[in-house]
Amino acid sequence: MRIELVRRPLQSKLFSALSPFIAFALMVIAGAIIFAALGKNPVDGLYAYFIDPLTEVWSLHELAIKAAPLILIAVGLSVCFLSSNWNIGAEGQFTMGAIAGSVIPLYFPDFQNASVLPLMLIFGAVGGALYAGIPAILKARFNTNEILTSLMLVYVAQLILDWLVRGPWRDPAAMSFPQAPPFHAWAIVPELFPMSGRANWGIVFAIVAAVGIWFMMSRTLKGFEIKVIGQSPRAGRFGGFSTTRTIIFAFLVSGALAGLAGITEVAGAIGRLQPSISPGYGFAAIIVAFLGRLNPLGIIAAGFVLALSYLGGEAAQIAIGVTDKTVRAFQGMLLFFVLACDTLIHYRVRLVRPAPATAPSAPALETAHGHG
Amino acid sequence: MRKRTLLALAAATALMSAGTALAQDKTKACFIYVGPIGDFGWSYQHHQGALEMQEELGGEDKVEIAYLESVPEGADAERAIERFARSGCNIVFTTSFGYMDATNKVAAKFPDVKFEHATGFKREHPNVATYNSKFHEGRYVQGVIAASLSEKGVAGYIASFPIPEVVMGINSFVLGAQSVDPDFKVKVVWANTWFDPGKEADAAKVLIDQGVDIITQHTDSTAPMQVAHERGIKAFGQASDMIKFGPETQLTSIVDDWGPYYAKRGKAVMDGTWEQVDVWGGMADGHVVMAPYTNMPDDVKKLAEETQDKITSGELNPFAGPINKQDGSEWLKEGEVADDGTLLGMNFYVEGVDDQLPQ
Repeated sequence: MRIELVRRPLQSKLFSALSPFIAFALMVIAGAIIFAALGKNPVDGLYAYFIDPLTEVWSLHELAIKAAPLILIAVGLSVCFLSSNWNIGAEGQFTMGAIAGSVIPLYFPDFQNASVLPLMLIFGAVGGALYAGIPAILKARFNTNEILTSLMLVYVAQLILDWLVRGPWRDPAAMSFPQAPPFHAWAIVPELFPMSGRANWGIVFAIVAAVGIWFMMSRTLKGFEIKVIGQSPRAGRFGGFSTTRTIIFAFLVSGALAGLAGITEVAGAIGRLQPSISPGYGFAAIIVAFLGRLNPLGIIAAGFVLALSYLGGEAAQIAIGVTDKTVRAFQGMLLFFVLACDTLIHYRVRLVRPAPATAPSAPALETAHGHG
Repeated sequence: MRKRTLLALAAATALMSAGTALAQDKTKACFIYVGPIGDFGWSYQHHQGALEMQEELGGEDKVEIAYLESVPEGADAERAIERFARSGCNIVFTTSFGYMDATNKVAAKFPDVKFEHATGFKREHPNVATYNSKFHEGRYVQGVIAASLSEKGVAGYIASFPIPEVVMGINSFVLGAQSVDPDFKVKVVWANTWFDPGKEADAAKVLIDQGVDIITQHTDSTAPMQVAHERGIKAFGQASDMIKFGPETQLTSIVDDWGPYYAKRGKAVMDGTWEQVDVWGGMADGHVVMAPYTNMPDDVKKLAEETQDKITSGELNPFAGPINKQDGSEWLKEGEVADDGTLLGMNFYVEGVDDQLPQ
């Protein structure tokens, strides 16, 4: 007896839409079981995780700070993923964006006016886009595996940042410690409501980007082109769409948004360039992209959910004394359940008994038939 | 009717404030760690210090401890610190250099909460203190031991990042060694990590292959100790007593003992006598403790103990002239002593280091 996945001829629209919620519910149930197994009260644990961070204004600000980079990066990744370009290197593009944008306040410290910040944001986006262009060109020209190249470039970007803040960009006033000088006031992303917390314009950028990309993907020819190429490059070519152009375009958009997230983070919540600027936003955004069904509007919601899991993990550490590792466990479970739900929406599980020699190989036929 | 509501409200308020007053009897000390408390190095020792403080000040009834581990040094730090400030902590210890800006930002918003930042130098508000330890004092003693035991006259040094703290340690080690053998050399490998057992083990192997016969480290894992054991040479532990990982290998270890400082500061909060300080404590203050001297002949052990006593009493300062810089130019004249400011910003080697400092 073996288990076989058979592609469903029709996918349920209803369950496609419901699957993130089902995945979330399954994660909550699994989380409750884990809390109970650790000897903690599951209700307290889940409350600390998912409710407590929403009960205070300052915490909502923090949620926005945490969600902004996740949404920005994930929206860009959705364009890549829909066109079947597996950009795993958003973390590196984020870092490069932060570096490129920082050039302005660091090299022109006396240039102080209202145009500084917009220029930094543009530099950041361009820096991220150019960096994402490397795996794109390698894939388009030499058919290189973009998963490997984009991932490896993450480490390169981090080492460049590390070298810069320890070497040429080190703050002379920081007693030989590795960090760049703090940005001047014009180079800081303003806070939205400074009276109640430190959320800044980053979250606005994220939502605007999400709506913009949603419009492009669902209402323009470019979006159609990207999706066709992603699903069937051959059909796309018959339609006159260029695979090469799509690869480059998807990577550039994705890199630009990751770069924008990077410069917004250092010019916003951090305020200077330093060796560690991201707790892995570029990788967490992959979860956000899939949890949001690769739909930019869904990604907004998914970004907040993931941000909540970070904040909740911290609250739970204090409230019930679980380790910080539970955050990663929760995020991992969430991605697992989303992908598992998707699999079950696209395929049905069938137990196959060893076929008698005389029986026609109908299952195999049917399976093959499903691939289109 | 209205009057009764008011009365009830007043009673409720009174009860609530009584509740807070009761809660205030217990001091809440909160800790932010950069790594996991199970790293057997930096964060582990801070957590041990926290527990020691609790014990010292009357146990759980008097002091409540809370901590967050593996807090990243980016935008998350500020949130973690603010969370503690809001959750009723009386004093918050932020135990990594990268928390410096975040600590000061949060301190501005919560003037009633005391903040203590380890290894930093910014005290922008009266409720921020900074503290650190003179680990280089221990490294001087290690240098003395290394030069007494080494047959080849070369020791290997696994360094983390080229920051003053680490450079100071290398220099102090060399100066200690040269007090025994003026020609003693030190080879340095930069691991560019605080904690990565794989990289640290590789660094140890490279150094041993280059002919060193004693290893010391300024990274936190026990891997170099284990490699030294496999290759049959001696090594020094780091941050905690690592004798379990090299019973026949460890000569001694510099143990970061934060307990006495934490207890003192916690007590000051309880008594209402807390004041801003900038503490750089060494052996004399109990910040730097040497693990037992093992795996060495008695005369070397005696020499090590004497050196330790001299540093503790203040008779010996590792950075007392004459000392030349690596290129042979004079740094300190006979009788001169380096001031703290120079040490805390140290970015050059002294003579005898066989390495080029990454700049």
